[in-house]
Amino acid sequence: MNFTEVIQQLVNGISLGSLYGLVAIGYTMIYGVLRLINFAHGDVMMVGTYIALFAVTTFLLPWWAAFILAMVLTAFLGIAIDTIAYKPLRKASRISSLITAIGVSFLLENLFLVLFGGVPKAFPIPKIFAGNFNVGGVILPVVNIFAPILALVFLFILLQLLHHTKYGMAMRSLSLDIETTRLMGVNVDAVISLVFAIGSALAAAGGIMWALKYPSLNPLMGILPGLKAFAAAVLGGIGDVAGAAIGGFIIGISEILVVALFPELAGYKDALAFLILILVLLFKPTGIMGKNLGGRF
Amino acid sequence: MRFLSKLLFIFTIMLFAGMASSSSFAKTVKVGVVLPMTGPIASFGQSAWKGVKIARSLEPTVLNGRKLKLILLDNKGDKVETANAVSRLIFDNKVSAVIGAVASGNTMSGAPIAEKAHVAMLTPASTNPLVTKGMKYISRVCFIDPFQGKVAAEYVYNNLHAKTAAVVVDMAQDYSVGLARFFMKTYRKLGGKIVARTFMQTGDVDFSAQIAVIKSHHPDVIYMPTYYQSLALFARQARQFGLKQTIMAGDGASEEALIKVGGKAVNGLTFTNHFDPKATATPLGKKFVKLYKTKYHEDPSAMAALGADAYFVMADAINRAGSTNRKKINTAVRATKDFKGVTGIITLVNGDPVKSAVIQKVENGKFVYVTTINP
Repeated sequence: MNFTEVIQQLVNGISLGSLYGLVAIGYTMIYGVLRLINFAHGDVMMVGTYIALFAVTTFLLPWWAAFILAMVLTAFLGIAIDTIAYKPLRKASRISSLITAIGVSFLLENLFLVLFGGVPKAFPIPKIFAGNFNVGGVILPVVNIFAPILALVFLFILLQLLHHTKYGMAMRSLSLDIETTRLMGVNVDAVISLVFAIGSALAAAGGIMWALKYPSLNPLMGILPGLKAFAAAVLGGIGDVAGAAIGGFIIGISEILVVALFPELAGYKDALAFLILILVLLFKPTGIMGKNLGGRF
Repeated sequence: MRFLSKLLFIFTIMLFAGMASSSSFAKTVKVGVVLPMTGPIASFGQSAWKGVKIARSLEPTVLNGRKLKLILLDNKGDKVETANAVSRLIFDNKVSAVIGAVASGNTMSGAPIAEKAHVAMLTPASTNPLVTKGMKYISRVCFIDPFQGKVAAEYVYNNLHAKTAAVVVDMAQDYSVGLARFFMKTYRKLGGKIVARTFMQTGDVDFSAQIAVIKSHHPDVIYMPTYYQSLALFARQARQFGLKQTIMAGDGASEEALIKVGGKAVNGLTFTNHFDPKATATPLGKKFVKLYKTKYHEDPSAMAALGADAYFVMADAINRAGSTNRKKINTAVRATKDFKGVTGIITLVNGDPVKSAVIQKVENGKFVYVTTINP
C-alpha cells in the first residue's frame, strides 16, 4: 500500500464515519434524555430519504428545498412516534419502551415495504454533489467532503444549543432527573418532543447524505446503518453528543481500514462494528466520553 | 350490540362462502412458490413472479382441466425465511410441489426439507452446483455455475483480451463464492492472472476500500459475480474513483434495477445470462415474450423467463405424472426431456439441465445482446 492509497483510505473512512456520526447523534440525544435506545432511529433515517426522494422526483422541488422539507417532515415524524408510541410508556419499565421501539422499527420497515415494494429505488443526485476533486491522486467525491463538514456543523450548532440556550439547559436537566425538572416548571413534554424532532431531523440529514453517496433506496436500508450508529453511540459514551460523532468516525475509519489492510477479511467488516461494541461494553462500558454520573451531555 | 351482531352475521356469511368455494375448488392442484419478494434481491423475486403469472395465464390448468393454484410465500432473500416458507408450504398448505427459490444459498437452506418430505422442489435460477448435488428431489431449469464461470473467463480472456483480473466476491452468497471459483479456475488455465481478490457481503453499500485495493493492482478487467444492487453501487463508486476497466458479472446482474440505480456508471458492464428476448428460438418463448410485453410494457428479464420455465416444466411434469402424488411428480420433473421452454430446450440430468448461455452488456442504459455460447 503506497502513500496515496493510505490517504485515500483514510479519506474514505472519514466520510463513511461522518455518516454514522450524524445518525449516532440522534441516538445518543434520545438516550441521554429518556434512557431509551430508540431502535427505530435507523428507520426514521430511511423515511427521511424517501421523503427527499419523492420531493425531488414526484414534486420536482429543487434539491435544497427537498432536503429541508425532508428534515422538517422527519422531525414531525419523530415527534409523532414519541407521542404515539413512547409517551404512554413514560412511567412504564424501560424494557417496555425498548420493545416498543423495536415494534416501531418493524412497523416503519413493513409499512414502506407495502407502500413502495422491496425493489431498490435510485436516488437522483443533484449536479453539485456529483463531481469529484483529484488532489494528487487522491480522489475526493464532493459528497465525501460535504458529509463530514455537515456533521461537524450540526454538531457545533447542537453543542451551542445544549450549552447556551434555555432549551439546552432544560434538556440537560431532563437527562439528570425528569421529575425534578417538571417541578421546576419546565414543560417536559415539549422539550422531549424537541429532542425527538432534532434527533430525527439529524437522522434525515444523515440519510440524505447516505443516499447521495449510495443512491439505492429500499425500506430496509436503515437497519445496518442504524445498528452501526448505535455501536458508534455506545463507543463514544452513550448520551454524549460529541462522543457519538467521535464514535462514528472511529467505526467508519476502522471499517475501511479492515478492508484496506486485510482484503481477505473484507466480508466481515460489518462484524467489526459489533466487535468494537462488545469490547467497549466489556472494558469501558461508559465509552470514550462517558462519565459515570447520573446526567449526560 | 347491533354493530356486533352485524359483524357476526358478516363473518358467518364469509365462513359459508369460504366453505362453498373451497369445496368447489377441491380439485385444484396446489403448487407452492418461494421467491424473494422483498429484501436485497427483491427485483429477482418480483420478476420471477411476473414470469410465473404470465406462464400461468398461458397454461392455467393441468391434468385435463384441474386448476393449478399457486401459493406464493416471500423469503425476503433470507436463508432462514426460505426454510420456514418451504416447511409451511409442504406441511401446512400441503402443496404437491414447490417452485423456488432464487439465490442458491436460499434454495440450499430450503432443499433439505423438501428432500426429506419427498416433495419436488424446482428452482428457476439457483446456479450453484451444490444445490442439486446428492439430492433426489431438487431440480432446476437454469444452467450451472461451472459452465457460467467458464463462459465468463473465456469471454474476458479471448474477446476482451484481458490478461489480468481482479475478483470481488460476495461471501454471504454461495452463488458468488462458487461462480468466482469456477471463473478463476478457467481463467488461470487460459493463462490469465488474478491480481487481486477482495470480498464483500450482501447489503454492503460502501466499496471505496475494495476499489482502492483493486486500483493499486491495475487489473485489465474486474470480475464481480454478485447481485444487481451491489453491482450498481460498486460500478458507481468505481467510476467515481477512476477505475475504468470493464466490469464482468454473472446472471445476478440481469435486472432493470441495475441500470436504474447504476445510471451511466454501468454502461459497458458485461455479463453472462440465461436468456435474451431477442434471441428466443422456441414457439413457447415467442408466445411468452409477446404476452409479457403486452401485459407489462417491457421486455421480460432472464429471471422472468426462468420463472416461466419453472412453471411450464412443473405443469408438464404434473401432466406426465398423471396425478398429484408428490413422488410421481418429482419423478416426472426429473425425467423432463427435450422440453421446449422459454429459455431454450431443457433436458434434466440428475436435476440439472445443459443449456446455452448468452452474453449481454449494458449500452446507453439498455441491456443489449452480444452473443450466444453453447455448451
